[in-house]
Amino acid sequence: MIDLSINFGGIKAPNPFWLASAPPTNSGYQIMKAFDAGWGGAVWKTLGVPVVNVSSRYGSVNYRNTRMMGFNNIELITDRPLADNLREIEEVKKYFPDHAVIASLMVESKAEWEQIIKDVENAGADGIELNFGCPHGMCERGMGSAVGQEPEVLETIVGWVKEAANIPVITKLTPNISEITEPGLAAVKGGTDSISLINTIKSIVGIDLDTYAPYPIVDGKGSNGGYCGPAVKPIAMHMIRELAQHPEISGTPISGIGGVETWRDAVEFILLGATSVQVCTAVMHYGFGIVREMEAGLRQFMQEKNYSTIYDFAGKALPNVTEWKHLNLKHKVVAEINADKCIGCELCYISCDDGAHQAIALSDDPVNRIPSIIEENCVGCNLCSLVCPVEDCITMVKKDDGTQNLTWNERTLNDDIPTTFDDDRAGGKGHFVPKPTDALKHRN
Amino acid sequence: MAEYKRPKTKAEFDKNFKQKKPLMNDTEAFYESSRCLFCYDAPCIQACPTHIDIPLFIKQIHTDNVTGASKTIFDSNWLGNACGVVCPTGVLCEGACVFNHQDVPPIQIGRLQNYATNKSIDAKKELFRVGKSTGKKIAIIGAGPAGIACACEARALGHEVDIFEAKDKPSGLTVYGIAPYKITNEEVLQEIDFLQSQLDFNIHYNSEISSNEQLKDLEAKYDAIFVGVGLGKTRNLGLDGEDKKGVIGAVEFIEELRMKHHEVTVPAKVVVIGGGNTAMDAASEAARMGARKTVLAYRNSKEKMGAYGFEYDLAISAGVDSLFNVTPLEIVGNGKVEGVKFAKTEMVNGTLKTNMKNVFIVRCDMVIKATGQAKQGNLYELIDDLEIDDKTRIKTNDDFQTSNPKYFAGGDAINGGAEVVNAAYDGKMAAQGIHQWLTKKD
Repeated sequence: MIDLSINFGGIKAPNPFWLASAPPTNSGYQIMKAFDAGWGGAVWKTLGVPVVNVSSRYGSVNYRNTRMMGFNNIELITDRPLADNLREIEEVKKYFPDHAVIASLMVESKAEWEQIIKDVENAGADGIELNFGCPHGMCERGMGSAVGQEPEVLETIVGWVKEAANIPVITKLTPNISEITEPGLAAVKGGTDSISLINTIKSIVGIDLDTYAPYPIVDGKGSNGGYCGPAVKPIAMHMIRELAQHPEISGTPISGIGGVETWRDAVEFILLGATSVQVCTAVMHYGFGIVREMEAGLRQFMQEKNYSTIYDFAGKALPNVTEWKHLNLKHKVVAEINADKCIGCELCYISCDDGAHQAIALSDDPVNRIPSIIEENCVGCNLCSLVCPVEDCITMVKKDDGTQNLTWNERTLNDDIPTTFDDDRAGGKGHFVPKPTDALKHRN
Repeated sequence: MAEYKRPKTKAEFDKNFKQKKPLMNDTEAFYESSRCLFCYDAPCIQACPTHIDIPLFIKQIHTDNVTGASKTIFDSNWLGNACGVVCPTGVLCEGACVFNHQDVPPIQIGRLQNYATNKSIDAKKELFRVGKSTGKKIAIIGAGPAGIACACEARALGHEVDIFEAKDKPSGLTVYGIAPYKITNEEVLQEIDFLQSQLDFNIHYNSEISSNEQLKDLEAKYDAIFVGVGLGKTRNLGLDGEDKKGVIGAVEFIEELRMKHHEVTVPAKVVVIGGGNTAMDAASEAARMGARKTVLAYRNSKEKMGAYGFEYDLAISAGVDSLFNVTPLEIVGNGKVEGVKFAKTEMVNGTLKTNMKNVFIVRCDMVIKATGQAKQGNLYELIDDLEIDDKTRIKTNDDFQTSNPKYFAGGDAINGGAEVVNAAYDGKMAAQGIHQWLTKKD
């Protein structure tokens, strides 16, 4: 029996799929529609002193024929009066008492924090999320990511909030910082119940080649926006992992945000320690209905792996994410091309020859377009298998017998690492590299 | 089986001859171009007789540099627009696309090509420049694909060019001989206009070169002469009754159709004799002109036909019936065609034998002979010291120069009849050959 329900740092929800605080959670109408579609929770678009927004707010990075692979926005927090939002929170909770409604908040003074916390509690919110992440507009006014970038300020505000709040508090972090564990630790020290990340990344998504203005263009000018969407997922996953592995933070629940669009994304986030996921761009692209695919996929995965709750596999990838120095230097894989599947595009050849280690050869027979691996040159880098357009045509085959394990760390301890510029112990010593002038052979 | 109503208006004609490769819209081109893998040493380039850098122009389309894409195409093939639609891409570039090995539809290279070139032609983009004048003059005989390509390349290299064309329109077969569902007259002529307006070569229409005096005159006035003539009239079969009313050559039939469209009347029953691509075109066209029954008759088996499979399929889909292993003996009828008497044939020990015991008549009102065109041997004989092979094709060296050094040749004149793209390549390369010959230091 699969049970998708969660208790996320004191906030209960029927499933781990939450809407992130963003345009899709701007109103009670949208959140009711989302819950009706299957979402388990929603973080209300950030409440505070209502803002004035600009027209033209979103920009997109399209990759080939894929739209919105990356996405950015310069929209600020809610521009609706607080009273309207509070009334709608109350109404949503009336219809969906078991779903999680979390109020994202962003204000300045301690008094404002105390007041707004009381307001959202009275409205029936199940939790509070502190928006310390918004990297555009609000940060210029000392809020949003300006707080997230100052661990001390962050810790102080979390302290104020915890003092005032009777409902659970999630601290949302900005990725616009060099070491995510610093604000993470500050949030924990401030007493937060849980952490969510990542907020958006400062970005410019494109420049108009006629007006030379950055997108989104507001009357000929633009500003940095907050970047999100599928493109940021790897950054989010890394930051989640850093918090989840940190000894002083790992006990704090993490809500993963950043490019989640499919069940696979959600499972990956959970494997890295997240116990709820928040989604925005995918909904802005496809509507609330995509949660059907996410939930069905998650259930299928759990059934196949025999898990009954997400806690059964949360964090399961963490032991395998380690520092480089602990990787086995004796492990050896080599590319193998399946000639029956090869379609002869020769992308593996050119990517290896120009972009990697010159370990793939073309046939001498001009009719035969199936390349071959020069095994002694292959360093097992994967590039060919990544560029190959045919599924399972190039595979990386294990060549070591698995009996040996030697890491950089161990070699360092054994005093067995290259130390001079021409050290014999250099990894590339003796590797085949063509003569520089071989590059010009075609001229003859 | 498709049934075509006899077209009475231009609109009805256009409906029956709907373009087989319609122009792509921007969205279609964007998505289709996104599929290209950008293969290394791409097989499509190798398969293109003019070696267009196909992955490059597709990438250019995708990155919204459509003008650049058309430049890439024209750089290799002066008739890049026409070739995009009339080339048998299924056996050339698209046939070589690696997706075929994966049972994935190949990239629609022809249509993408046409999309890019069409945009530049429509917008009259300035893509070409006449080269710095060399002071040399070249005469070109025939304004078909070979002649036009030769003229463009020669102008880009700085030579003066005069083309002498027997007919009153340029581009030869492309406008007179290609099936109307492959390309429209307007599109063909537009491309020539586009090239001519930028490269500024002269075409003298209704100026057939057919006498020794004319050739002597050209030799006196020009530094080099390019022979880019196509093939001649449909060959006679030597059958009894071939002179009856209602017997027509396929090339002549198609030419009339291309010029007069719906004004051509095709009777109820048509027999097309032949098994090449022209036979397929003629049969398909007769059906589209409203013939109730069109029969394609070929003397050997289906497998032995010279036509591309897709051309045969196209004819069948237009409602054409086919008869294989039949050879015509006589065209019967009283003054006008009433039928064709055929005998069955069979392969015996590797040779095709006619079985005179199995003779029958197929009733019809029209016979279209698609059994090959005569070569322009008469013209070749007028040129001094011109070497011809046993199939009446002009012999040339690698620079497309003939045995008479002042004469160069390309296209049908040297290959005996091939695709537009082959002629376009020959013309371009011949101009380079001429350029080398004219500018080399003595």
